[in-house]
Amino acid sequence: MSIALGHYLVVAAILFTLGVAGIIVNRKSIIVILMSVELILLAVNINLVAFSAFLGDLTGQIYALFVLTVAAAEAAIGLAILVTYFRNRGTIAVEDINMMKG
Amino acid sequence: MIPLNFALAHSLPELVLAIGALGLVLAGAIRGRISDWLVTEIAVGVLGLGILVLLGGRGTAIVFGGAFVDDSFGRFMKILSYAGSLVALLMAQDFLVREKIDKFEFPVLILLATLGMSLLISANGLIALYLGLELMSLSLYVVAAFHRDNSRASEAGLKYFVLGALSSGMLLYGASLLYGFAGTVSFSGIAASVRGAPSLGVIFGLVFLMAGLAFKISAVPFHMWVPDVYEGAPTPVTAFFASAPKIAAFAVTVRVVITAFPGIAVQWQQIIIFVSILSMALGSFAAIGQTNIKRLMAYSSIGHVGFALVGLAADSAAGVAGVLFYMAIYLVMLLGTFAAILSMRVNGRAVENISDLAGLARNDGAMAFFLAMLMFSLAGIPPLAGFFAKFYVFYAAVEAHLYWLAVIGFVTSVVAAFYYLQIVKIIYFDEPAPSFDKAPAVLRAVLALGGLAVLLLFAYPGPFVSAAEAAAKSLF
Repeated sequence: MSIALGHYLVVAAILFTLGVAGIIVNRKSIIVILMSVELILLAVNINLVAFSAFLGDLTGQIYALFVLTVAAAEAAIGLAILVTYFRNRGTIAVEDINMMKG
Repeated sequence: MIPLNFALAHSLPELVLAIGALGLVLAGAIRGRISDWLVTEIAVGVLGLGILVLLGGRGTAIVFGGAFVDDSFGRFMKILSYAGSLVALLMAQDFLVREKIDKFEFPVLILLATLGMSLLISANGLIALYLGLELMSLSLYVVAAFHRDNSRASEAGLKYFVLGALSSGMLLYGASLLYGFAGTVSFSGIAASVRGAPSLGVIFGLVFLMAGLAFKISAVPFHMWVPDVYEGAPTPVTAFFASAPKIAAFAVTVRVVITAFPGIAVQWQQIIIFVSILSMALGSFAAIGQTNIKRLMAYSSIGHVGFALVGLAADSAAGVAGVLFYMAIYLVMLLGTFAAILSMRVNGRAVENISDLAGLARNDGAMAFFLAMLMFSLAGIPPLAGFFAKFYVFYAAVEAHLYWLAVIGFVTSVVAAFYYLQIVKIIYFDEPAPSFDKAPAVLRAVLALGGLAVLLLFAYPGPFVSAAEAAAKSLF
């Protein structure tokens, strides 16, 4: 059995679902949320590269490179905001992010 | 082959912003804080120059390998978002100095965010859309947490970042599916290949893309970040968030559905109508009983997004013109209201409860009058500008035979009028609270201009309506 486009899409869909679930279900640490975001972007990249190979079109791979670049910037900014938050509150537990409600 | 100088001429506003922002970063590394040099003034000048360039733009051109489009729709929305950034910057100056967060990075980040909005509005393909959106969002995450020693601001920044990253991920997943099933990333290419009965992959892609965009325009059911971020972020940042980025995200939503999915209008109309009804309902009901005025404005802005989406749901040139007109008037009302909120200081300390406005009419008659006019306009009471904005979008919905959508819009705007009128009642009839400090001239000027604009628009609406109509036509 050869590996076809459908297999890549299923893997990407599973990774994407894991990433979204990791953000929504997770009650522990914000670091886990950052990891889940990376997982989502990874799923997207698998999709893009698989489609690119399937279509014989380079656009998808160029797109994937842009996504990689932006993901790095996003992780840097996310960690920076996380550090300022930790300085103020002394915790990064998700359930403690509750100063504003209503 | 399109010559390079032709492409550069059509992206001149973006070049102005990019060069301005980079120049200010360089200069800031040497000069330091805002109060030490004219960084805000230079940034305002750069934005003003961008608006002038946009006003001189003509025609439609697609450049940079089909990734970037310069048309009158884009120019209209860019002028609005540049103007929103410009006024937000001017209003921020005094606040930043008082709160001791007057770092030179603030105007630079606003410029970079505006550059992202500009690219987003002009995006003509999925890659350009994503890059513009991220340039805007990454700057906004930092601006939200700009008051980094304040635990509320850093919590707001963190919430905005986590949910924003999730929404970007969803948008991107949708974009990857669309790329795969349509075989191209350009909007016109997608429009050519998506016709009739679309495949499941395209539908999934469309839904994920719309979910990501709905987050950025803060429409229900992707609104959960809005009240917390608006409340926690520094007030001038909230004013900025509610104005320029929302307009840019709205512009790209309109451009995507109109130019990339004309073949499956029935499908995306369902999504837009669903989101619109939920936003109008939540914006009207959840705002009742709020005590913090920034939080109230957050729900109010969710409601206004719902009203503007009514125009988009009509899927017609008249509907899009209504959306453009709505955005222009919303921008004026919002900036005026936030000028009043920023003026709420008692003994040098910023207050943001609605009860602090009590009896304002006796302490400061002019501020009370203009704020009351803005509240009437937000409620959509004729003959103020907010009424015309709602009138055009509802009229477009009726023309498109979406009668019940217009009826729901009307009912929810009546419900929403309750809390706007309550603020007017508090201003005019309650026992006076301690009076506010004298506000800086900029804030008084913005408030007065906003109030007068909504009051007097009915006398001469012609040029604005025809500008919106001309801009909307360039999409069809």
